[in-house]
Amino acid sequence: MKGSAIAIEGLRFAWTRDAPALLDINRFELARGERLFLRGPSGSGKSTLLGLIAGVLEPQAGQIEVLGHDMSALSSARRDRVRADHLGVIFQLFNLVPYLSVVSNVTLPVRFSKARRRAAGGDAGAEARRLLARLGLEDDEILSRRVMDLSVGQQQRVAAARALIGGPGLVIADEPTSALDADTRDRFIELLTDEARRSGAALLFVSHDAALAPHFDRGIDLADINASAHRLETA
Amino acid sequence: MGSILSLAWSSLMNRKGSALLTILAVALSVALFLGVDKARNGAREGFGATISGTDLIVGARSGQVNLLLYSVFRLGDATAEISWPTYEWLRDREDVDWTVPISLGDSHRGYRVMGTTRAYFDRYKYGDGQSLQLAEGHEFEDLFDAVIGAEIARSLGYELGKPLVLTHGLGRAGLQQHENRPFRVVGILEPTGTPVDRTIHVSLEAITAIHVGWETGTRNPMADTITEEMIRSFDLTPKTVTAAFVGLESRGSVLRTKREIDTHRREALLAIIPGVALAQLWEVTAVAERALLAVSLFVIAVGLVSILTSILTSLNERRREMSILRATGARPGHIFFLLVAEAGLLGMIGAVLGVAGVHVILAIAEPLLAARYGISLAGTGPGLVDFYTVLAVTGVSLAIGALPAWLAFRRSLADGLSVKL
Ligand SMILES: Nc1ncnc2c1ncn2[C@@H]1O[C@H](COP(=O)(O)OP(=O)(O)OP(=O)(O)O)[C@@H](O)[C@H]1O
Ligand SMILES: [Mg+2]
Repeated sequence: MKGSAIAIEGLRFAWTRDAPALLDINRFELARGERLFLRGPSGSGKSTLLGLIAGVLEPQAGQIEVLGHDMSALSSARRDRVRADHLGVIFQLFNLVPYLSVVSNVTLPVRFSKARRRAAGGDAGAEARRLLARLGLEDDEILSRRVMDLSVGQQQRVAAARALIGGPGLVIADEPTSALDADTRDRFIELLTDEARRSGAALLFVSHDAALAPHFDRGIDLADINASAHRLETA
Repeated sequence: MGSILSLAWSSLMNRKGSALLTILAVALSVALFLGVDKARNGAREGFGATISGTDLIVGARSGQVNLLLYSVFRLGDATAEISWPTYEWLRDREDVDWTVPISLGDSHRGYRVMGTTRAYFDRYKYGDGQSLQLAEGHEFEDLFDAVIGAEIARSLGYELGKPLVLTHGLGRAGLQQHENRPFRVVGILEPTGTPVDRTIHVSLEAITAIHVGWETGTRNPMADTITEEMIRSFDLTPKTVTAAFVGLESRGSVLRTKREIDTHRREALLAIIPGVALAQLWEVTAVAERALLAVSLFVIAVGLVSILTSILTSLNERRREMSILRATGARPGHIFFLLVAEAGLLGMIGAVLGVAGVHVILAIAEPLLAARYGISLAGTGPGLVDFYTVLAVTGVSLAIGALPAWLAFRRSLADGLSVKL
């Protein structure tokens, strides 16, 4: 495999022009297929970093390469394309579109990306069911429920299936377990990392909860790579 | 884009209640607009098809429209009549081919009675030159024979041989009855979709006959002592007629003939050309029609604004949904198209329902209107106007949807991946 899942160099980002940089990352790398835990306290810029990696935000300076695509050099339309084709995203809460069925929620990325559609095979619905089953959701009764009637843990698993459908090279998860109790949380992380390993996707999992680190190949602190962090803390 | 359309559809289905209300608002407004337009055109065509083949209608001097309305449409009353000698002068003119005198003023259970000559059945034409046809029986022959229109036969259940008593004047059956001179139904006409369907036709002489003893305007106490035999022996040539339909030898002379009649010395007359008088009628009603159309256009605008409102108010609660769509690969254009498509769907469904609704209403109203006024709303079937209306409403809805779509598009760029809700 050539290149890394994520390679960041000299990244600087501030929400407004005059504000001091929130993120100032000299080097950061995530290998293909690697499962990384990124820790940082609330407000440290974890979600912001994920937005930059996903190509939804643009940095003031520096380079972000995602699976060999230099996001900072691409037009926003091309970044959208890369995200659609190669990225799976799991949020902290409210991951699902309320008016779509469980399966339709999982197949959303397939709607927007030809590459994901091809990878998911001819029948995206069947692939969605397969993934849901692997994540422990195979009961037809559950699958036919309105997504808002699922438990939070179930919703997060649906979101995980969606992030994984069509074999994206990178899955980013933004505190997906912070609303789960400890048992559900551990089981969810097990399932997610297993499926990421199975599909070969790199996983970038962010959380403020250091206790989760043992589930992953590697764990780092955002403060360790973000030069702005110390300034922010002392400020 | 097909998959976005299906997303838009699911999203609308998820908000069925509010979507249905919005669709209803659009449908009602479209139905009102088309209803006004169709009633207008239908009335015009219906009125226009009521008389043809008559070059001039002559009556006592009043307004053009007034003369047309009472002589052809049996609406309103004549203020004065033409004397018989003047009618004879008209009839005997060189340039006049034929005349049909009519005498109005009596009624039967709310339907107007018209005294005329048998020439009426040959000369009166409607639509594009169709003649009156008898469904049953024959034209009036005896003094007290009556030929009734199809609607009367249908709604009153009258058959041949049925005796009927006329009422003096146009009121409901009251005290002023001509019960001493009963008529008999001898003919029933085929339906025409014109006021003929609602008219009882008798001979001019019959009108004179039933008014023997009524010379003062009310019934003379002696009237009943005059027997039918005596009446039959009288000279029943009318003293006056209400109006006359006129056919000319040559249509080319119509303006000259009209002028000569209008300037007749011995009596104040008015000759109208039916088409011209109709056009004048439409000029009178055009102002009101335009006002109505303008109002109904505003109502459509209100319906369209309700689309805007419903989408704008949903926008905030859908912020999270937009960022999910973005995260799963939707481009800003997709978000834009999603909301525009929702607006377009609301508008289109509303417009289609409105069109369907107006046709259902017309189908129900048409026979009622025909029965009440003898006017059929011709040419109101589904047509290009409906199609263009649906097209226009859908188009404007799409354009209106661009506003919330643009807002959501902007916001989806600013929100990034992390919406805090
Ligand atoms: N859309 C925005 N506009 C301006 N500032 C923002 C925006 N989003 C986040 N910020 C600021 O950026 C900083 C980092 O926010 P971010 O959401 O990345 O933190 P986080 O590490 O994900 O925190 P948490 O663990 O609470 O989710 C915060 O100070 C926040 O106020
Ligand atoms: Mg965050």
